[in-house]
Amino acid sequence: MPAADPSNRFDRLMTEAKSLAPDNVREQIVAAIFQTSAELYRECVTHTNSVKRDRTEQIDRIVTSKRWGFPIMLALLAAVLYVTIAGANVFSDSLARLFGTIETYLTMAFQAIHAPDWLHGLIVLGLYRGTAWVVSVMLPPMAIFFPVFALLENYGYLPRVAFNMDRLFKKAGAHGKQSLTMAMGFGCNAAAIMSTRIIESPRERMLAILTNNFVPCNGRWPTLILLSSLFMAAGYTGGWKTFVTAGVVVAMVLFGIIVTLTVSWVLSKTALRGIPTHYTLELPPYRRPKIMDTIIRATLDKSLYVLKRAVTVAAPAGILTWVLGNLHVGDTTVLAYLADWLDPFAKALGLDGYILMAFILGLPANEIVVPILLMGYLSAGALTEVDGLHSLKRILLDHGWTWLTALNMMLFSLLHYPCGTTLVNIYKETKSAKWTFVAFALPTAIAIAVTFTTAQLARWSGLI
Amino acid sequence: MTDMTYTIALMGNPNTGKSTLFNVLTGLRQHTGNWPGKTVTHAEGECRHRGTLYRIVDLPGTYSLYSNSADEEVARDFLLFQRPDVTVVVVDATALERNLNLALQVLEMTDRVIIAINLMDEAKKRGILINTKKLATRLGVPVVPISARNREGIDALLDTVDAMAHGRINTNPLSIRYSPEIERGIAKLLPLVKEVMGDTYPARWIALRLLDGDTSLLQALKQPPQPLIKEGNAYACCGSIKSI
Repeated sequence: MPAADPSNRFDRLMTEAKSLAPDNVREQIVAAIFQTSAELYRECVTHTNSVKRDRTEQIDRIVTSKRWGFPIMLALLAAVLYVTIAGANVFSDSLARLFGTIETYLTMAFQAIHAPDWLHGLIVLGLYRGTAWVVSVMLPPMAIFFPVFALLENYGYLPRVAFNMDRLFKKAGAHGKQSLTMAMGFGCNAAAIMSTRIIESPRERMLAILTNNFVPCNGRWPTLILLSSLFMAAGYTGGWKTFVTAGVVVAMVLFGIIVTLTVSWVLSKTALRGIPTHYTLELPPYRRPKIMDTIIRATLDKSLYVLKRAVTVAAPAGILTWVLGNLHVGDTTVLAYLADWLDPFAKALGLDGYILMAFILGLPANEIVVPILLMGYLSAGALTEVDGLHSLKRILLDHGWTWLTALNMMLFSLLHYPCGTTLVNIYKETKSAKWTFVAFALPTAIAIAVTFTTAQLARWSGLI
Repeated sequence: MTDMTYTIALMGNPNTGKSTLFNVLTGLRQHTGNWPGKTVTHAEGECRHRGTLYRIVDLPGTYSLYSNSADEEVARDFLLFQRPDVTVVVVDATALERNLNLALQVLEMTDRVIIAINLMDEAKKRGILINTKKLATRLGVPVVPISARNREGIDALLDTVDAMAHGRINTNPLSIRYSPEIERGIAKLLPLVKEVMGDTYPARWIALRLLDGDTSLLQALKQPPQPLIKEGNAYACCGSIKSI
């Protein structure tokens, strides 16, 4: 090897190569290789029994086809949600009754030992009631949704989702693998941020990080499912009601994906300019999952994990909320004072002060937004025992909720800033305070803009 | 030449049965080793066939040799700097078209290549017939059908490895024709590459990678890693370091 100042010679070589390279050099290279492979394949390989084609290929031809890929995807998502909502309704009411009964006994026990009122308030009305609401409202949808979703995942369907989405992400100027990290985000955004490591180009990786929270994670599915089933299908009954509810949640997911693609596209044309890179995506063969195994594992791993997180964060938050709700400043409580202060802004977004406060206090984990909201409402006087979904709806209606409130809370939940854990991960992965701030501010701005628009549109058009 | 050890690299897409083949070849005597400066672990083992000792290195499964990820860089660097005596590309008979993409890229880097078509039994079951003779003619390197899990074709593969390692096989690897624009660029770069790098490295391939803007390759070429010397089998390297 020539010894004279090699690094200089290397750099000259690179400059020379750059000046010679056509714009779409990688595409041309990949195309030439693929074409050669295809030629060799045609020349050297024959199929004897074309009828008995591989089953996986057969299924893939349909589920990843241009015509049927997306309808099948949406239909499957809708089916999973339908099963979840239909099942959760039954389960939720009986669970709530059980908690109500236990509360009666707890109160009796407190009276029997002549415990002071404030202690009963703190422990039973704050801690216990808050926790009981979380469990009875969130556990049923999770206990059904996660195992069903996991079955789909283990059967090998998720890579097909990624395959279908790949075209769209490329058009948006992003990496096709972003569809995989997005699929991860349906589980947990914080984990999905780590998974963006599979994207090599820093530009495309940043796109994947910044847009990841536009798909609902474990902590937000229950919120979407709950609000949708309470408010979105009020005019329908029976099976139709469940169907419409599932449809609304599917629409939310679609909207999240549209926002993901739009934001990716805008960023790749502005702050993160560039062209997408090529990659090969392996579609693993379909496998029949071990059904009981999957169900048990999903229930234990996911449902209980999310619930544990919700309860451990919600329990202290319940105490805090109860304290704030019972600490008086003048003739109003601190909680009411804060909510009132946030109210004008929140009303402009079609929400109210309590909802916005719940989102702010819920920064550590999305799971606790609904619990904090309930505790806020309950501590403000409307002392309601845990009594299933009907009384939950009554609480919300008592606080002036309409379908618009529910819709905008769903939208805000879908679009707003990622949770604390996710933000920490974003900082760890990007090592940049600036980008972490963008990851916080960008979704928040979009959430505010979207909810403001829907609220104004609904009021202007006289729907509310 | 009993003290001569040849290095055989196993390459292939993920899930092609590369590791199965590795275990068949090495028995259960393999140990894993870390390449210097890399976190990715490789299995490495030994295999004796007709009196010759072979060092078998199982490289990470990759889809391409572009510097897309750490795995791909490790595989690429091994071919480039460690220069195995024979590179066996393991391809999946049931997904030949996709697997050939990598094989073609390996052929651009080295002419000492054997294509092992694995999972032949599975392909037969599905009615996929592969004309290995024709494929060998077209690719310009030996093609050996095997079924690693049934231990079929392993002897034929080792005989071919043996013949290639001892220089008894002449190859004429298929060279991909790129678009006129790229071919023009390669033609212009080729003399420059040869001037800077000498004849040590595959010049046409490097010219192509440079056109593709592969700066990580350039970094690697600027500071080639030290030839690997592992404690205990340092002799293994001596056989493999020779100019092509």
